[in-house]
Amino acid sequence: MRQIVWLLFCREWRLAWRRPGDLLNPLVFFALVVSLFPLAVGPEPSMLRSMAPGVIWVAALLATLLSLDGLFRSDYEDGSLEQWVLSPHPLALMVLVKVLHHWMMSGLAMVLLAPLFGLMLALPLSSLPVLALTLLLGTPILSLLGAVGAALTVGLKSGGVLLALLILPLYIPVLILGTGAMDAALQGMPVTGFALWLGCLAVLALTLAPIAIAAGLRIGVSE
Amino acid sequence: MNWSFFHKLGSPKWFYDISGRWLPWFAVAGVALLLVGSVWGLFFAPQDYQQGNSFRIIYIHVPAAFVAQSCYMMLAVAGVVSLVWRMKLADVALKCAAPIGAWMTFVALLTGAIWGKPTWGTYWVWDARLTSMLILLFLYFGIIALGQAISNRETSAKATAVLAIVGTVNIPIIKYSVNWWNTLHQPATFKVTEKPAMPMEMWLPLLLMVLGFYALFTVSLLMRMRLEVLRREQKTRWVRETLEKLS
Amino acid sequence: MSSLNEMLDMGGHGIYVWSSYAITLVVLALNVVQPWLARRRLVNEEARRRRREVM
Repeated sequence: MRQIVWLLFCREWRLAWRRPGDLLNPLVFFALVVSLFPLAVGPEPSMLRSMAPGVIWVAALLATLLSLDGLFRSDYEDGSLEQWVLSPHPLALMVLVKVLHHWMMSGLAMVLLAPLFGLMLALPLSSLPVLALTLLLGTPILSLLGAVGAALTVGLKSGGVLLALLILPLYIPVLILGTGAMDAALQGMPVTGFALWLGCLAVLALTLAPIAIAAGLRIGVSE
Repeated sequence: MNWSFFHKLGSPKWFYDISGRWLPWFAVAGVALLLVGSVWGLFFAPQDYQQGNSFRIIYIHVPAAFVAQSCYMMLAVAGVVSLVWRMKLADVALKCAAPIGAWMTFVALLTGAIWGKPTWGTYWVWDARLTSMLILLFLYFGIIALGQAISNRETSAKATAVLAIVGTVNIPIIKYSVNWWNTLHQPATFKVTEKPAMPMEMWLPLLLMVLGFYALFTVSLLMRMRLEVLRREQKTRWVRETLEKLS
Repeated sequence: MSSLNEMLDMGGHGIYVWSSYAITLVVLALNVVQPWLARRRLVNEEARRRRREVM
């Protein structure tokens, strides 16, 4: 089993680096969306600071959705997805590896970039570690839930809008917890409660989402 | 326990015949309950001492909200039945119930907003209940959109079933986080329904309205399901004979 | 509730109450009438198809 996990991971890694655009575009999108807000509402620091947690989180949600759209598509089109479904190895485990790899390429990158955007949006330095921590706990949830949507829409060409429509309501608890933690940090209050709740949701997503993703893929492939 | 009822549900024709016999009863009951309930609620129930007569909107808002929420649960149950027992009727039920549930959510939101104007002064506030209802509406849209996007009927049924189950698992998480978000941002919680303090003259008509809404929901659902069954089995003899008799 | 005017006015909240009830009535009716109309359409289509077959 460990060998399969490692092999899959290496495959995803190699494939990902063949198309660097797919990795960079969501991050550029993230940066763009964050930059739109000061342009829209004016550069006044106190206003930016109050909006910053929400803006960064919403931008992260949207960027994750964008990057997830093609998660299974290329595998579906060339038939390797069918092989995965038919293989004797547990499909749930294989998708978990795929999604976690995807998270490393997207969510983790956002965790590293977000403090920079936080600074640009006038967030105080002391709150930036909280931002990074909440994103670190939250982005895996976003990747896992989004992958459920990607699996259900795997054969469709309708694109990212349908995926967003399906998954954004499910993102709302993560959004509330993440921004709640940031607001608490900005007021100098402890964030352990939020971090623990995010951790709970992350564990829940880690255990349950692969089952739903596998079910969705089986349905899509069986057509 | 006699499971033959459950297995008979696998036959569309059996469902069509049985539902045809039940439909008039549900319709009559629904109309009667709504008529009595609304007349009672509009004219004979006492006014709320704080909200005056606008309180009477509760007789629509609460039943619609109940139906909206339980309909989504029903979608998840239908999804489980469809995936586990591969019962086509469960697919039909899921597909037909989703739009009705969405309409009920819309009514709940609209009446909630209209009620808000005389009560809070604005048409919309982001309080926990209205926000949860809005998210529920989005969840319904998701199921309807996914169902329509997939052209293969079986795949569409299975995909929406999975989505309904995923959505239902998330609903408690969403409700809890929205409630909590609301307490963070609004010190004064506006209660849309005053639950325990309701005297009997106020909640009896409410009960009638809730039952009436459920009855009419069943009527609409059965009508849509019968139509869908007729469409799907259009090439069979029993459907052709039925359609001939109806024309 | 003595007069019709009083009934309609609902202590100043008339427009809210009545618009809510009216919208709900429309939605409920829509959800019952629309399947019924679609069924009529199906029956008519089938009748047309049968006539074409006979010909």
